[in-house]
Amino acid sequence: MTAVPLAGADGLAARNSRRLASLVRAIVLPAAAVVIALACGALLLYATGFDGAALFRVMLVDSFADTRSIGETLLKAIPLILIGAGLCVAFRCGIWNIGAEGQLYAGAIAATLVGTSLHGLPPALHITLVIIAGALAGAFWAGIAGALRVAFGASEIVTTIMLNYVALFLTSWLVTGPMKDAGAAYPQSARLAREAWMPRIIPETRLHLGILVALALAGLLYVFLFRMGAGYRVRVVGTSADAARYAGMNVGRNMLLAICISGAMAGLAGAFEVAGVTRRLYQSISPGYGFEGIAVALLAGNNPLGAIASGGLFAALRSGSELLQINEQVPQVLVQVIQGIVILLVVAFGVLGARLRLRR
Amino acid sequence: MDDILNLGLVAATLGASWRLATPLIFAALGEVFAERAGVLNIGIEGMMLTGAFTGFAAAFASGSVPLGLLAGILGGMAIGLVFAVFTVTVKANQIVVGAAINLLGMGLTAFLFRTFYVSTGLGVEIAQPIAIPFLSDLPVIGAALFRQNAIVYATIPLTFLVWVVLFRTSFGLTLRAVGEHPKSVAVVGRSVAAYRYGAILIGAAFAGLGGAFLTLGHSNQFVENITSGRGFIALAVVVFARWSPVGAFFVALLFGLFYAVQLQLQAQPQLGVPYQLFQALPYVMTIIVLVLVRSRRGAPKMLGVAYDG
Amino acid sequence: MTGPTFLRLDNIHKRFGAVVANAGVTLDVEQGEIHALLGENGAGKSVAMNILAGVLSPSEGRILIRGEPIRLGSPRDAIRHGIGMVHQHFMLVPNLTVAENYILGQGTPARLIRDMGEVHRRIEALSARYGLDVRPDAIVETLTVGQQQRVEILKALYHGVELLILDEPTAVLTPQETERLLVLMRGLVADGKTIVFISHKLDEVMAVSDRISVMRDARVVDTVRAADTTPRELARKMVGRDVLMELPRRPSHEGRVVLAVEGLTCRDEGGLPAVRDVSFEVRAGEIVGVAGVSGNGQTELSLALAGLLPVDAGRVVLDGRDVTGFSPAEMSRLGVANVPEDRHRMGIVLPFTLAENVILQRSGDPAFSRGGLLRRGAITEATAEILRRFRVKPLDPDAVIGSLSGGNQQKLVVGRELARNPGFMLINQLTRGIDIGAMEIVMQEVLKARDAGAAILLVSTELEELFSVADRILVMCGGELIGEVPPERGRIEEIGLMMGGKRLDAIEPAA
Repeated sequence: MTAVPLAGADGLAARNSRRLASLVRAIVLPAAAVVIALACGALLLYATGFDGAALFRVMLVDSFADTRSIGETLLKAIPLILIGAGLCVAFRCGIWNIGAEGQLYAGAIAATLVGTSLHGLPPALHITLVIIAGALAGAFWAGIAGALRVAFGASEIVTTIMLNYVALFLTSWLVTGPMKDAGAAYPQSARLAREAWMPRIIPETRLHLGILVALALAGLLYVFLFRMGAGYRVRVVGTSADAARYAGMNVGRNMLLAICISGAMAGLAGAFEVAGVTRRLYQSISPGYGFEGIAVALLAGNNPLGAIASGGLFAALRSGSELLQINEQVPQVLVQVIQGIVILLVVAFGVLGARLRLRR
Repeated sequence: MDDILNLGLVAATLGASWRLATPLIFAALGEVFAERAGVLNIGIEGMMLTGAFTGFAAAFASGSVPLGLLAGILGGMAIGLVFAVFTVTVKANQIVVGAAINLLGMGLTAFLFRTFYVSTGLGVEIAQPIAIPFLSDLPVIGAALFRQNAIVYATIPLTFLVWVVLFRTSFGLTLRAVGEHPKSVAVVGRSVAAYRYGAILIGAAFAGLGGAFLTLGHSNQFVENITSGRGFIALAVVVFARWSPVGAFFVALLFGLFYAVQLQLQAQPQLGVPYQLFQALPYVMTIIVLVLVRSRRGAPKMLGVAYDG
Repeated sequence: MTGPTFLRLDNIHKRFGAVVANAGVTLDVEQGEIHALLGENGAGKSVAMNILAGVLSPSEGRILIRGEPIRLGSPRDAIRHGIGMVHQHFMLVPNLTVAENYILGQGTPARLIRDMGEVHRRIEALSARYGLDVRPDAIVETLTVGQQQRVEILKALYHGVELLILDEPTAVLTPQETERLLVLMRGLVADGKTIVFISHKLDEVMAVSDRISVMRDARVVDTVRAADTTPRELARKMVGRDVLMELPRRPSHEGRVVLAVEGLTCRDEGGLPAVRDVSFEVRAGEIVGVAGVSGNGQTELSLALAGLLPVDAGRVVLDGRDVTGFSPAEMSRLGVANVPEDRHRMGIVLPFTLAENVILQRSGDPAFSRGGLLRRGAITEATAEILRRFRVKPLDPDAVIGSLSGGNQQKLVVGRELARNPGFMLINQLTRGIDIGAMEIVMQEVLKARDAGAAILLVSTELEELFSVADRILVMCGGELIGEVPPERGRIEEIGLMMGGKRLDAIEPAA
């Protein structure tokens, strides 16, 4: 059968205008949201007696000032991209996984167990085991909430948040109890075996191989969602569960798959934090990457490729805010305020944009 | 184990339950309002935090607990207004907006606290216990239950008030209709949006009050993330209570009991159980409650759905 | 008796974005008449009446009552002017009582509701006056659809309405309940009320109206006295050309039994009995229609056959194989196609493209997927094929389906289901809410599939649709099959009685 040209000049024009519109939706509106949110952050700084312009300076200039700064920024981008890309899958499936923080801790715990208990393995093997353990633990932790949602209809919003607390208490118990480094005064685990350390890839910085893994996985999840049948089914379930059921899809199984993928990505982020950055498990190993990942995914329009950009952006914001804290004593939690505003603006623009299209 | 089970301790635990349930009762009453109008407000945590902070800040400045409570209510309503604008007027997804409100509430309060208060290290005067005549003189339970501060006592009349408003006023009738069949309200010329704004703001006021209780009736300090998940637990309380204010009061009391037992057990090192296990108790119980309550009967039909009219 | 002009709509325009719903609607309603507003789906009847009821505000134009221009900012203003509307989808809160629904939104919000006795008494008095059986303390969701409609009508009267607008009131009623409604309408008019009655059914319009206004393409094209016209003339005015609902069709050549349903019994989603002991067969090359007033088990019957509702008792046999309790996926794999009743909820995914909607059941099919990856070329090609065959506008597989008209959406759904060359096809409401052009295409294509040997079960609440394509009609009432009739328009009365629950043997044979 030969392909007959489908649409004439009109169709082509329609397609072009659609492309333009989707470009505006994917790039211009999110960028506007970020700029406005940063401006709000700067205003807040002025209002509370700080130097507002410093926010833009540290974020846009200082975070990328030298190799070390770039390395630190990219280092922070690793968990954000991983978690953000994973949450894209969950959100596309209509699963509100707010528990990436807990899943990150679950991954970090498992990675620490594997990293500290085995010795003398070839590094490539040991690192792989650590990574797999982290991803599996994250998937398991998320899978609890997913299974309760599927089997009992328990709202995953609440259960994932509750599991965050449980994971934190679990970590706290482990590093003060069974996994505590005997010699240390501070609650922390023993150091991971050297073979389990993530290789660093840029000298003078802590940036490790995980950044490449994060980029590759974000790309893979994009392919999964938009080029594979399984990802298509996840999206149908999230958009219309009734249509999915009518079409013979197993709604529960797809939900479970989606939340486990997002959990695995968060668990992986946890594994990378211990194997690539801290080398040990601490009580506060994450400064809230799990919550930040929500903003990363939403800013990306729930597109895993977009999560690379938005994850990088929030990483720069985080590096910048660290510098602000050190240099100007600005509390770093400013980041959360800006993220909250970004989320509000992104959803608002999304809705308003859709309404404008309908009206046209 | 005998000493754990003695009567005085039981009474003390019950008294503590009520006190520890108080922020949950307020938050759950507020959520009942919002959800009855069809608004799923997962941002109560952020609203409680805001109330806790503004309440603390106002009491810090004025030295007055009532002024602090008022500020807590207004603070909750202020951030509740943001939630209302984005969910009702803009019609954005309620869950996403709620998550943003939580981040905002957490971030803003922590930012302002660190900027202005953390270095002072000072607390505020808190609401003092009031002994209720006769009742407080009852043996064993009297002192435990009836020497609470006024905010704790207020949970009872306020629960009753919410019930009256929802089920015995024209406002409440219309508000419940908004959560079930908003168009039927629109065709009698009432604004669905106005009722949802009202429900959200009233809910936010309750959340703010619940937060302010934490800084003005419980601890005497603001601490970052002082609510530690109570706003989310309140969501489960409302489901378990089947969207009834009186039910919410009692379910919240049950959760107060979990908190109280948890504190009691933490103070028993001889049990040899890590305290983190007890700390996790209210959170684990929340999950269990959600698993047990399978039926969605009683849920407002339009819960979480924006009204397009 | 009709009197002087009570109400006048003067050159009403209403636009929704680029869509023009009313383009200069002018209409006079006389005091004390039943005035029918007749028109096809999308002709603008409901929009005009929602403007009159204060629900929508006109973009241009005036409304005059007894010659005085009035401004209707809200439904409350309309009620103050004595105008009330019974909407097609009832405006009753299901979990409240009748009386609570009547006082909803009345008075100041701060008012305490203490004593409902006075309200109850007024409702009972009104109910008795018009011979209605409305109980003020009944919870609305426990009432039948017919009862709820009477509750709605009485609500308008309770609020002192003089001009009552009824929007497609018979769509949800049996012919017998319809008869009862028409009697009630006569009674109301005799009592001095005025009624505007929206419908697209010619016979009932002819039966009850004093005057009839026909709407087409967002305008009133003519107003005539019922006594001075014929259904044929009205139909021509309504459609703008001669109606052809007699599709050319070959006699059916019934083959082997494809689907056999034996004693099927199931409950609805709320767990209430919905289908009781239903048995029938569908043969290759025939279309079996299932008639009935909506809510009599047809929806559940089709859901159960699709595998979407559990079967409590009985068997479903497909091509000689017991498929009772099979999942939708298994049914789909066995070549069962399904055009669902609720297109927006089940049949399509609104924000997805046409191509994405085409692979809904077949994303794992080797034709569309290789090694887990979707074969985009093949999907586009298959979609294009359907779009061309069904003349779907736009002819663009990447267009979002939510932006299409209902007719084009339904063409895609029917095309998708037929593209699977189904041995058995389950259709619930083939032409609901779609334009005449789309109606003809989907009916013709379904007939073609029948001629090619497909066994088709068509569930419909529209008798016209069944008369046009079905080879025989089964009638359902209260979850049971009441009987079977040939699809002849002459037997409509008989079908109507059966839809109301009268068994065939209980009906006097037509003379």
